[in-house]
Amino acid sequence: MPWQRETFKKIKQIPREEHVLPGTSLCAGCGGLEALRLAAKVLGDDVVYVNAAGCFTMLAAYPFTPFKGSWLYTTMGSAPAGAQGVRDALDVLIAKGRLPQRDDLKVVVLGGDGSTYDMALSSTSGAIYRGLDFYYFCYDNEAYGNTGVQLSAATPYGARTTTSPCSLQHPAGTIQEKKDIFEIWRAHKPPYIATVAPRYPLDLAEKFARAATFTGPKLFLALSACPTGWLYDPGETPEVAKLAVETGLWPLKEAINGAVTHTYLPKRKPVEEYLKLQGRFRHLFEPTKQEEAIRHIQERVDAYWQRVTV
Amino acid sequence: MAGEMMTGNLAAAWGARLAGVDYIPAFPITPQTEIVEALAEWCDCGAMPARFVMMDSEHSMMTAAGAGAATGARVFTATSSQGLLHAFEVLYSVAGWRVPLVLVNVSRALAAPITLEPDHNDVLAARDAGFLQIHAETCQEVLDSILMAYRIAEDERVMLPVLVNLDGFYLSFTREPVIVPDPEKVAAFLPPFRPAHLGFKASAPHALGVAVLGGTPYTYFRHQMHLAAMNALQVHREAAADFERLFGRRYDVVEGYRLDDAEDVLVMSNAFATKGRAAVDAARAKGRRVGLLRLRVIRPWPAEAIVAALRGRRAVGVLDQNLAPGLGGILVQEIAATLYHDPERPKAICSFIGGLGGKNIHEGEFDAIVARMEQAGKAGRGEGPVLLYTEAEHREMAQLQVLASASRADR
Repeated sequence: MPWQRETFKKIKQIPREEHVLPGTSLCAGCGGLEALRLAAKVLGDDVVYVNAAGCFTMLAAYPFTPFKGSWLYTTMGSAPAGAQGVRDALDVLIAKGRLPQRDDLKVVVLGGDGSTYDMALSSTSGAIYRGLDFYYFCYDNEAYGNTGVQLSAATPYGARTTTSPCSLQHPAGTIQEKKDIFEIWRAHKPPYIATVAPRYPLDLAEKFARAATFTGPKLFLALSACPTGWLYDPGETPEVAKLAVETGLWPLKEAINGAVTHTYLPKRKPVEEYLKLQGRFRHLFEPTKQEEAIRHIQERVDAYWQRVTV
Repeated sequence: MAGEMMTGNLAAAWGARLAGVDYIPAFPITPQTEIVEALAEWCDCGAMPARFVMMDSEHSMMTAAGAGAATGARVFTATSSQGLLHAFEVLYSVAGWRVPLVLVNVSRALAAPITLEPDHNDVLAARDAGFLQIHAETCQEVLDSILMAYRIAEDERVMLPVLVNLDGFYLSFTREPVIVPDPEKVAAFLPPFRPAHLGFKASAPHALGVAVLGGTPYTYFRHQMHLAAMNALQVHREAAADFERLFGRRYDVVEGYRLDDAEDVLVMSNAFATKGRAAVDAARAKGRRVGLLRLRVIRPWPAEAIVAALRGRRAVGVLDQNLAPGLGGILVQEIAATLYHDPERPKAICSFIGGLGGKNIHEGEFDAIVARMEQAGKAGRGEGPVLLYTEAEHREMAQLQVLASASRADR
């Protein structure tokens, strides 16, 4: 039986109210911001965002903030520990009657892939291990984006970044495979993990609504198509984000208490359609087409879907 | 009034318990561990109505502590040495958040080589992080300083975290009589933590630690921190007066010993100052007019009190239990800079380095320090840095080197 959305069946059901207001200093066409904007429609205003260093740091730049909720900027390596401190203190203050229950907040970590996959992994592991009740929102643009697009552990095979250039030795650019953070989280046995993409708003909203029913660590890996780092026109973000899913490169899925369900089964267009739109993969197509590298990416996607759909 | 025999670590735990802290994110490190063990047990058995959470590192611990305090809880935590350095990045963050938590550091020398015993390179490395620093000499002072630390940190004129330092082994594991203050009197001294400008809550959202663009707001906020730290001198005076009134014990930012007619003054901090006092007594018995100045509060730097204590002396000798390689002592630089503008500054400032990695300072070495201060004062010219290292220690080291090279030759 295919996955059924229970709360959000029609686009009209998504709240119209905005909780992340426009006019931020993020790049035009930021896919991560779009995902966050949609997520906030479900999360609401009673939130404290605990931010790790990354692109989203620029969301709150004195004296402005786009949030109606609260914000705490911690460090790149310890936002989940910051969430721990806020959650624990809220619990203690409510238990002691110094804060009324109605003043409670959802605690949401915002981290880029650099923080999530690398520097904050130890502090994230600790927070999941302790069963911390929090949301982790990772905007994954597959590079250290805020510093000018360097290799991160989320950068996929074949992408060019400023620290994984394509050269004679490495004509494909990045030669590592993307770290599977979804499975790393799953191994910690949290109640809820999901991948989302802003071009699938009902899927995204449904997942945030479901996650709210679980106490404990909840991960959202949000595909964050990035015109600045992926080198395409900002107007093409919707198309790029859509093709990431439709080619099967970005599977939409969730894991409830460890059981994985794919929430959308794409017909799977050739990965080439996605790759050729982006400057970070241009070297795979010109001056000569790197058939082998493209085939490698395609085979990896095929193998993934074969494994999960059989 | 007789006290209970307890270690400096247990005294620190009692300080947190009496302060009625709400939240203790913790991570163990020798020689601090006994503090968090005691607190874990008290939270578990209900003696303390606080939440104790074992964290995954000092970096996380310090972040959780800062975030908890930013949410409005009274927070305590403790570390030592490499742990303090692991938390270093976050020290600057939480000070910038202007959260009034208290961090105890049990001083321990830094790797490499690795050791468990104390000196002050760990805590002094943190002196510019925005934390205020109180350095304790006795187990009683450890407990009392924690109560004073919350009172100062939470004052609206300050709102900065405070680090209370005690020496590993010399205090952490040394039992001394400690009077545990009466909780009702503590309540009179330390009001409940009800921060006016902190707290994440639905009804009053706020943003903390936001980015600033350009140097203008950055400079403004940093300078506000500086002014707040300087305010702590006045707040400390008030807290010390109230503390003395309620508990009968007086603590000042600096503490003089036999200073009245002293020609030469030895400057020290922390537990080794007790050895310094004994050395002053011994020198006095031989007719030498020597006194001691103990630095108790290192941040804010009590410049006026230091100048007042050292003005007009013949010579000052600063005994640094730290080493800035390529420079010498850390505190002597601050003392020299502080005295420079005083027209009646001492004629000579001598710099001594000792007690590194817990190494003892022997009586004979204090004799030599006193003699050299006298000599420098008469000559009107300071000296140093002088590394205190006895002939016996040279011989001991030579023997270790013989063993090391012999075992190498065996291979």
